Amino acid sequence: MTDKKEIPAELKERLKSEFDKDWRRDLRKSVPVKERMKVPRQKMPEREADERNKDFREVNRGLGPEAAVLEARRCLDCANPQCVAGCPVAIDIPSFVKLVEKGEFIASARKIKETNALPAICGRVCPQETQCEEVCNLGKVAGTPVAIGNLERFVSDRERLEGEVFVPDIPPLTGNKVAVIGAGPAGLTVAGELAKKGHKVTIFEALHIAGGVLVYGIPEFRLPKSILRAEVDYVKKLGVELRTSFVVGKTATLDDLRNEGYGAFFIGTGAGLPNFMKVPGENLVGVYSANEYLTRVNLMRAYEFPEFDTPVFLGKKAVVIGGGNVAMDSVRTAKRLGAEKAIIIYRRSRTEMPARTEEVKHGEEEGIEFHFLTTPIRYLGDEAGRVRAMECLRMELGEPDASGRRRPVPLEGSEFTMEVDLVVVAVGQSPNPLILQTTPDLKAGKWGTVEVDWSTMATSLPGVYAGGDIIRGGATVILAMGDGRTAAAEIDRYLKK
Amino acid sequence: MARILRRERLVPNVHLIEVHAPEVAKKCGPGQFVILMPDDKGERVPLSIADWDRERGSVVSVFMVVGTSTQKLSLLNAGDEVPVYVGPLGKPSEVRNFGTVLCAGGCFGIAAIHPIVRALKAAGNRVVTLLDAKAGYLLYWEDRIRGLSDRHYVSSRDPMFPTKDYISRRLVEVIREEGRIDRVVAIGCTYLMSSCSEATRPFGIPTVVSLNPIMVDGTGMCGACRVTVGGKTKFACVDGPDFDGHAVDWQELFSRRKSYFDDEIRSLCDWEGRTFP
Repeated sequence: MTDKKEIPAELKERLKSEFDKDWRRDLRKSVPVKERMKVPRQKMPEREADERNKDFREVNRGLGPEAAVLEARRCLDCANPQCVAGCPVAIDIPSFVKLVEKGEFIASARKIKETNALPAICGRVCPQETQCEEVCNLGKVAGTPVAIGNLERFVSDRERLEGEVFVPDIPPLTGNKVAVIGAGPAGLTVAGELAKKGHKVTIFEALHIAGGVLVYGIPEFRLPKSILRAEVDYVKKLGVELRTSFVVGKTATLDDLRNEGYGAFFIGTGAGLPNFMKVPGENLVGVYSANEYLTRVNLMRAYEFPEFDTPVFLGKKAVVIGGGNVAMDSVRTAKRLGAEKAIIIYRRSRTEMPARTEEVKHGEEEGIEFHFLTTPIRYLGDEAGRVRAMECLRMELGEPDASGRRRPVPLEGSEFTMEVDLVVVAVGQSPNPLILQTTPDLKAGKWGTVEVDWSTMATSLPGVYAGGDIIRGGATVILAMGDGRTAAAEIDRYLKK
Repeated sequence: MARILRRERLVPNVHLIEVHAPEVAKKCGPGQFVILMPDDKGERVPLSIADWDRERGSVVSVFMVVGTSTQKLSLLNAGDEVPVYVGPLGKPSEVRNFGTVLCAGGCFGIAAIHPIVRALKAAGNRVVTLLDAKAGYLLYWEDRIRGLSDRHYVSSRDPMFPTKDYISRRLVEVIREEGRIDRVVAIGCTYLMSSCSEATRPFGIPTVVSLNPIMVDGTGMCGACRVTVGGKTKFACVDGPDFDGHAVDWQELFSRRKSYFDDEIRSLCDWEGRTFP
């Protein structure tokens, strides 16, 4: 997997020419590096933990303009900006950050949109601490990197709130029709990029609202639906047609669409199938997959039941199995739905948790309990088949495994039982099987993924590309978007042939 | 949005809905289902496909009013639109020449079994049908089903019917009367399907049921519809809905089906209070 990319020569040149512009040179000179390094990292304003853990409104409030300019001033405007290499969609980070320093917020937002159609989403859900910010040179010399993610969020919010959302001129239609399957982060990115090149793009989405994991998975308190709607609207304004409630593979197969004149395809159907641990009692009432739990709450808005018809169990003692972002989203949701105890059960220790540091920190502040080095071995039900308790086993860390993390090993005789009335299993997902089942000759990879050439995102079928969780199994929003960008460039090249 | 072409009450509490959905009509087969939402706040409701007209581009389902979303649906009329109508979902029923097939249906299952009866007949089977209705006035589509059948039976507790047995007991009699049955298809409520499966077990007749667990997305994403079949967890929406009735863990399905009983009542009371003050 090519998660961190070398900067291609063409991009390097473009970055250099931006770097050499007069305003950039003047700005660099205007504040000495020493002064820049003295500015502390600006804190993201957050709602009080005790207030926010009772509702679904957004936790982070976003930087104000003064804080944003100060934060941008911290950026040293390096000649060799590592941050761009750390970004899966290669945003020209120094340019957008320096535009913030200059106070040109709208221009800054547009700079990002040259390479990223969904900045208000990325500014909220990207794991910047392991991407652009991890390799930031300031982080290396001063300890804390520039808050690139917070700035991205700031400028894109600014653009939207000021009603300045700019829709670039679309070149005349090329006459090519492209079908994008799945309106998640990968699909939206591909659609936006190809529309900007003049291709007629239709997105086919199985659910009734566009967004994929952004709408059914990520909760309102981390990514408000209004933000997602605005980003989807932007993609539609680029000329993309969106067809919801259309299951490719069922409503029409890929070959049907080919017969309707679609010349190229992008499969971005995501990680559909929830994984379970195959321990006894997992099908008891009150044991959810994270996908179902979050879908009920986010997509179907069960948190507004009975105003909305779809219910969800409100556990008093809720446990979530897993240590990733989905587990954190689930446990914080349970807390907000009134759980007296909302607990994470994770089989390794804190350091191995794949969840973002910010999510773990927010969870802790909100009163989430963490039981590390613990794993469920059995769920126990009452007469009605509802979960009432779970039996667990303690673990200790052994030798590192293939992922480089230390493997958890069960401690013999450490079984114990805890009472629970709601369980959410968040131990990962497998790729959605529908497309592979219904598209003959589409080559499958390991674990039910669609196999692609990683440099082009091309599948085994001509003109058919894929990206996001359907090829990765379970990754991040931004990696899906990176795949989308690569695929869009290749599809454009393919159509021009 | 999908336009409703027809909505009518067939018998008390059971309604027919015909929706303009040309793509679904073009692709659907017997045993598949659709998911619809009555309005933007409704649940995603799975309904078996009972009939279709490919030329007209329409799909027919029959549903029973059980909760808020089906109640809302029963109040819609021709010309109204539903915001969500997606399908065809699930795998089509296995249809080939098995010999003699006995199709047993009750309640909304009478409509759900209709396209299967039709397809089995067209595949050259001798088709015996057995419909169940608690009372005679609850029976619908009897003529249609009889017209497709080589032999046709009804079980009812209604005094006007000669036998007073529930469908599973009647099923045993029919099997004995017919002499040879190669396959049984049973569709209706969970109780009907489980008791019919138990009835055929001693005879060793392969028995197919169309499971109806609670679903949310219906495309294999959420896992709400998981059922245990032959000791393995299956997702009814993508692995089914048809399964071997002798291998289904019925007790688990009963309890999972009842998961939201209290919530459903609360939702209905709340909605009625708001809608009919």
